[in-house]
Amino acid sequence: MSGAGVEHRFGPYGGQYVPETLMPALAELEAAWVSARADPQFQAQLGRLLRDYAGRPTPLYLAERLSAAAGRTTYLKREDLLHTGAHKINNALGQALLAVRMGKRRIIAETGAGQHGVASATACALLDLECVVYMGAEDIRRQAPNVQRMGLLGATVVPVEAGARTLKEAVSEAIRDWVTNVADSHYIIGSAVGPAPYPAIVRDLQRCIGDEARDQILACEGRLPQRVIACVGGGSNAIGLFTAFVDDEGVELIGVEAAGEGIESGRHGAPLTVAGRPGVLHGSFSALLQDDEGQIAEAHSVSAGLDYPGSGPEHAWLRDSGRASYVAVTDSEALAAFERTAELEGIIPALEPAHAIHFALNLPSESELDLICLSGRGDKDLAEVLKLLGRA
Amino acid sequence: MTGAERIAAAFLGCQRRAALMPYLMGGFPDQARSLAIANGYVDGGADLIELGVPFSDPLADGPVIQSAGTAALAAGATFDRVLATASAVAERVPVVLMCYSNAILARGTDRAIAGIAAAGVSGLIVPDLPLEEAPATALSCSAAGVAFVGLAAPTSTDERLAAIGAATQGFLYTVAVAGTTGERGDHSAYAEVVARVRAHTSVPVALGFGISTPQQARAAADAGADGVIVGSRLVREAAESDDPAASCKALVEQFAQALR
Ligand SMILES: Cc1ncc(COP(=O)(O)O)c(C=O)c1O
Repeated sequence: MSGAGVEHRFGPYGGQYVPETLMPALAELEAAWVSARADPQFQAQLGRLLRDYAGRPTPLYLAERLSAAAGRTTYLKREDLLHTGAHKINNALGQALLAVRMGKRRIIAETGAGQHGVASATACALLDLECVVYMGAEDIRRQAPNVQRMGLLGATVVPVEAGARTLKEAVSEAIRDWVTNVADSHYIIGSAVGPAPYPAIVRDLQRCIGDEARDQILACEGRLPQRVIACVGGGSNAIGLFTAFVDDEGVELIGVEAAGEGIESGRHGAPLTVAGRPGVLHGSFSALLQDDEGQIAEAHSVSAGLDYPGSGPEHAWLRDSGRASYVAVTDSEALAAFERTAELEGIIPALEPAHAIHFALNLPSESELDLICLSGRGDKDLAEVLKLLGRA
Repeated sequence: MTGAERIAAAFLGCQRRAALMPYLMGGFPDQARSLAIANGYVDGGADLIELGVPFSDPLADGPVIQSAGTAALAAGATFDRVLATASAVAERVPVVLMCYSNAILARGTDRAIAGIAAAGVSGLIVPDLPLEEAPATALSCSAAGVAFVGLAAPTSTDERLAAIGAATQGFLYTVAVAGTTGERGDHSAYAEVVARVRAHTSVPVALGFGISTPQQARAAADAGADGVIVGSRLVREAAESDDPAASCKALVEQFAQALR
C-alpha cells in the first residue's frame, strides 16, 4: 500500500507511527516526491531558486584563525550565508515547490529557533501560498526577531502553550493541524524527523550541503576531510552534510547534540549520545528521551533548534551501525564558542552550530583536516546570548 | 471467552440499538475519581468503555483530551494504575484500552499486552499504529486473546479500508471526521463514512471523534453506526464538574436515552 520509492526504515528505525487519517497523505507525498525527484523540470526549477534566490552554492571557507586555535586545518561550510540565514531554506523551498506540484496551497510548519519558520514563510511568500507556523511560546520569547520576520512575510504564527512550550509541542500541534486539514494542506516538517517519507525527503533536499562541500574540499585540499562535524537537533543539516561522505570510509562523521546543563543533570537534548531505549515520537521510531513509562521527556538547551527530545531515524541507524558517532556540548560551552567564533573570524554563528564548533575547537583529536557545517547565523540569538552573558 | 467474543456479545446484546461506548481518561482527574466516573458510565448505561492511557504527546487528540492526559500524568497516572481501573470496570462491561505506541513499546509489546489481558481488557486501540506498523502488536494481541481494534478514517482509500476492515477484531473504530478528538457540531458526513466503512468489514462499526451531543449520537445511530463513541464531551464534564462521577453518569444517561 505504501508506494515503493524512498526508505521507510533505516535499520530498525523510522516507520510511520501516525493516525490512519494521515496514511493516504503520506503515500501521496511519497509518490509526489519520487516523481518530482526524477523530473528534470522540477529539479531545474528548484536548482534555479536555490542558486539565484537562496544563494547556493555556499562557500567552503578556510577559517584560518579558528584553524590556528584548533591546531588543525578547519573549514566552515557557510550555510549561514544563505537567504534567511540557515540551511533550513534548502528544505523549505523544495517542499514548498512540491506542495505546489501536489496542488496544496496551504502550508503548515513548526519551528523551534524560528529558522525553519522563517524559511517556510519565505518560500510561501515567494510561491504565493498560505503559511501557518506553530511555535512554542517559550521559543517565541527567546527567538523574537524571527517571529517578527515571519509576520512580515505574511505567515500566521500560532503560539503553542502545551508542555515545555518548545519544539516538541510545536511539532505535535503542526501534526494535529495536518490531521485536520490534510485535504488542502501540506506539512513542511523542518528536520529529518517524522514519519516516512519525511526523513528521506528532508535528507534529499539537504544533501546539497555535503555534495557541494565534498567537491569544494577536494578542490581546495586535494583530499577528503578527516572529520565532518555538524550539530544535531532533529538532524537535517547533519544528514545533509554526512550523506555525501557516508561511503568515504576514512572520513569520520560526528554529530554534536546539546548537552544543555550537562548530560548528568538530565537537562539536555542529546538522545543519540545517551543512547537510551529508542521509541516513537512524532511518527517515527528513533533515539529518544523518555521515562520508564514511555512518556516523552522534555529536552533542554540554550539553543532552541537543538531543544528536542527526538532525533532523525537515519542518525540512530548511522550510530548503531558505527558509521557516525554522536557527542554532546553544554550550553555554556556553546556560548563560549559563539563568542570565540565572532572574535576570531568575524562570524556570528547561530547557537546550534556553535555546539559543533566548540567540539572541533576544544576536544583533542588526531585530525588534521576538519569540515564543520556552519548551519546558520546568530542574529536571531543575539539578544538571548547577550542576556545570558550578562551584557544586556 | 476471548476479548473479541466479549465485545461481539456486548454489541449483540444491544439488539437493534447502537451500543454506547463512552471514553474515559485513565487517572483523570485522579485515580479514585476516574474509577468512580467509570462506574458512573456503567450506571448511566454504557455498553462498553473505552479507557485511555494518558500520554505526553497524543497526536490524535484535541485540547480537551490532551490536557486531561497531562493532568492525569501530573496526578500520578501510570500504565499499571490505568490497568487497575480497567480491571475493576471489566467485571461490569467490556473495556477497550486506547494506548499510544510508545507506552506499549516502553514495556515491551508482549509484556504490555500480557498485562492488558491479565487486567481483563477485551480490546486494544493504538491510534498511532496504522496497519503497516501493526503486525507485531496484532500478533501479540491475538496470542493473548485481546481484540486488536483497527481504525478507519474518512481519508482512507478503498484499498486501505478493505485491508483494515479484514484485519480488525471486535469492531472497527471509525473516525467520523478528518481531525483530532474534540467536540464538533456537524454530523452531515456520518452516513457516508459509515456506509463506506461498512462495505469493507463484517464486524460492528463504531463511530467516534466529534460526537458531543445526544442528538449527534442519535444521528450516528441513524447513519447506521453499530456503536457510538463519546469522548471529549465527557472528559470536559469530568474536568469542569465538582462531582464528576455524578454528572458524567447523568450525561451518559442522556446519550443512552437518545440511542433507545
Ligand atoms: C541554524 C540551525 N542549525 C541547526 C538547527 C537544528 O536542526 P537540524 O538538526 O535539523 O539541522 C537549527 C534548527 O532550528 C538551526 O536553526
